[in-house]
Amino acid sequence: MSETHGGGQIPPGDGAEDPQEMRAPRRVIGTPPPARSRTLLQAEPDTDGEVERWLPAEPSGPPQQAKHAERLVSALFVLSALASIGFIAAYVGLEVGPLASVQRSNLALGVSMSVAFGALAVGAVIWVRFLMPSVELTEERKPLASSPEVRAEFKKTFDEGAEASGFVKRKMVRRTLIAATIPLAVAPIVLLRDMGPLPGTSLRHTVWRKGMRMLVYGPNTPLRPADFAIPGQMITVVPDGYQDNLDVLAKATTIIIKFAPGQLVPNRPGQEGTIMNWTVDNIVAYSKICTHVGCPVALYEQTTHHILCPCHQSTFDATRGAKVIFGPAARPLPQLPIGVDAEGFLVAESDYHEPVGPSFWERG
Amino acid sequence: MTSGTEKALEGTGRFLDDRLRAAKSVNTFLRKIFPDHWSFLLGEIALYTFIILLLTGTFLTLFFQPSMSEVVYHGAYTPLRGVRMSEAYASTLNISFDVRGGLLMRQIHHWAALLFMAAIFVHMLRIFFTGAYRKPREFNWLIGIVLLTLGLLEGLFGYSLPDDLLSGTGLRITQGVLQSIPIVGTYGSYFLFGGPFPGHDIIPRLYIIHVLLIPALLLALISAHLFLMFHQKHTQMPGKGRTDRNVVGAPTYPYFMAKTGAFFFFIFAVLALLSTFAQINPIWLFGPYNPSGITAGSQPDFYMGALEGALRIMPAWEWNVFGHTFAFNVFIPALVPLGVLFTGAALWPFIERWATGDHREHHVNDRPRNAPTRTAIGMAAVTFWGVLWLEGANDVIAHQLQIPLYTLTWIARVGIFVGPAIAYWVTKRICLGLQRKDAHLLEHGVETGIIRQLPDGGYVEDTRPVDEDLRAVLEWNRVGAPELTAGPAAKDEVPARGARGPLGRLRATADRVITESIPVEGDGHGNGYGNGHGAAAAVTAGEQGATPAERDQGGPDGGDTGH
Repeated sequence: MSETHGGGQIPPGDGAEDPQEMRAPRRVIGTPPPARSRTLLQAEPDTDGEVERWLPAEPSGPPQQAKHAERLVSALFVLSALASIGFIAAYVGLEVGPLASVQRSNLALGVSMSVAFGALAVGAVIWVRFLMPSVELTEERKPLASSPEVRAEFKKTFDEGAEASGFVKRKMVRRTLIAATIPLAVAPIVLLRDMGPLPGTSLRHTVWRKGMRMLVYGPNTPLRPADFAIPGQMITVVPDGYQDNLDVLAKATTIIIKFAPGQLVPNRPGQEGTIMNWTVDNIVAYSKICTHVGCPVALYEQTTHHILCPCHQSTFDATRGAKVIFGPAARPLPQLPIGVDAEGFLVAESDYHEPVGPSFWERG
Repeated sequence: MTSGTEKALEGTGRFLDDRLRAAKSVNTFLRKIFPDHWSFLLGEIALYTFIILLLTGTFLTLFFQPSMSEVVYHGAYTPLRGVRMSEAYASTLNISFDVRGGLLMRQIHHWAALLFMAAIFVHMLRIFFTGAYRKPREFNWLIGIVLLTLGLLEGLFGYSLPDDLLSGTGLRITQGVLQSIPIVGTYGSYFLFGGPFPGHDIIPRLYIIHVLLIPALLLALISAHLFLMFHQKHTQMPGKGRTDRNVVGAPTYPYFMAKTGAFFFFIFAVLALLSTFAQINPIWLFGPYNPSGITAGSQPDFYMGALEGALRIMPAWEWNVFGHTFAFNVFIPALVPLGVLFTGAALWPFIERWATGDHREHHVNDRPRNAPTRTAIGMAAVTFWGVLWLEGANDVIAHQLQIPLYTLTWIARVGIFVGPAIAYWVTKRICLGLQRKDAHLLEHGVETGIIRQLPDGGYVEDTRPVDEDLRAVLEWNRVGAPELTAGPAAKDEVPARGARGPLGRLRATADRVITESIPVEGDGHGNGYGNGHGAAAAVTAGEQGATPAERDQGGPDGGDTGH
């Protein structure tokens, strides 16, 4: 729309049907302004026999171009219609279910839909560009602020209303109304109380108990220390009887890692390490729930003994009591005391001795 | 038009106007002038993707079951048959495999959400960099920031609904962050999730927020946004005949209607095309959510990337005092970076107005180069966001580029402070450089490439004045702009009233920084008409050993260095 169309057009203004506004137009639309066009035309436009036009009727380009564009636009609209019919046909004709069928259906529906919309879009753009005359019009802006008279009028209305209501004069009514709104605003908040139970101490405990078997996550089978073929393996275990309870798993999921003798660094004063009494046969158990924001720490690098959380890359040293060596987690993964039961299966010796998972205000 | 149609239309018009008295206001609407610029389409993308989101979202609600009850899957997707999962996940699988067109609608919905957020971001940057937020449009700027925030939440809640492994991991992170907030966090988490994570309440709750609460707020605020845009009339880019007192463009009817309709269809076509050929969020590959499981390379949707990056970048700071835990490593990155950006963005129009004392209405946009400090601050914010965003994908980047992961995090930890500072400085220099170029063009005209030999043997290149259209663009707010009278600028020995005291001095400094620009010597020496009257500028440059010919033309750099 860069081309200016003007040349003697007389803009009627937006109050065309209102003779009063016509004489003193507040907003003048169109180029050039009326005063200039009057002088150019040397005629009184209001009394002129010719009808004033707001927009030219014919496109600016040569007529053949418009003819060509008209055909093209019509062809595109027909194409759009055909594509929409194709969409319906694809819906009726193509079943879904198996993966290949879904893909075929998605392709047919998607392509027909794209063409249906795309052809309309292209057609409409060609229409605007080649079938509509290009214009550039100017509309005047009024300042946004109201005039002082209007503002004064408003102030008068407002003040009179305030006076008539007695809101200013009758202090007791005003104050009690304000006082009434405060408990009214609090009441709905109270209503939200039953959205959930209070946390209590539930974040401090998991279901692990002395003698509870550890089941391999997935197959849900118990395992013996000897089931570790080689050192360096990490296995995710879940508490027996709770393997399908997501609320329990969100806290109690545990990883166990087997080390070669001597690899684990024992916890001594002045040295962070693994609590050796809580291990069995160089197998150590840590909470799988990251102490940062609770993702499962699922990645283990055998050569460096690093446990890595895939969410935010907190890294823990598995040989040294899972102490943090990089990343945003502030605390080691809690270690779970483990042992073996009479049948030789790995079991917990107790619950975790500290809260697992992300930090919380009451944790301390 | 046949007389029959005309009669029918007239009849309808009379019927409506007899009852609504709408002829005048609709006429005003039809004749409303809309200025044209490619960047004005960005907001339209956001609007139309929102409409597409409403349409496709409504379709999805017909089939989605927002329930966490456990079911065993028996649907069409064989790899997951017999697997226990929530009804939410099972119904999402059904939408994908058993409902005709379901997969297409799901993918359009997700792609539209990404495009919605991207359009909002870029639209907001356009508004900022062109100063379109200035008086009288501050309200619309604030509404826009609220819309962006709501959009972030809407997207997060939306992609959490399918209850697949990826979205469940996202919810777990959301819960961990919520739980870390001092004093109220644990309670907030237990109330939102109806008890311990994951519980059975969160999906139905997020669902009603996602399909009713936030969309209703978005719809209301978008309506207000559009009403204000309409009422205050759209801004325009500088150009010939465009001033703060007018709007130049094409009328709504038929031009804007046809163009914007075409644009809607175009966006719908692009989204349909993307959703046909570019798979998005294939939840059937992830499996149902289980808090014990995760996949490496888990990424949120792009608009959440900066928050994710903030969590990754943060050092492991935590305090335990008086029996309470301050998890700075979690709640600081969750609240501070975006808090600073959004609050800063909300306050900026008012800071700028206060510092410069610019209380005028602005309807012609600035070219970004003509507000170097604003543009530089914007680029610093973009860089800040960008560093966090890239850090949010640090594992993927480390893997792809074979850079050690920790090195990358350390680069980001430094980059988050250094990057914005560099971006600020570089942007400001670029803007001032572009201003110099514009000033040079105005003062010396356009080089024509025609070399003339002078009688004394020297050579000169002819220049011609910049044409009217370009001149109008270049001169906007640079030549003959009215002086600000309400600002703190101290012109005399005694500081102006607004520039006294510590706050006043701060204001004066801010004003000086914000309004820094390269002066244009309007019609003085080097008047841009290439008629040799630019010699005055050339004298000083020429004195440093320039040939007479160069002196005559003002030399290539004479305009900048010579005065």
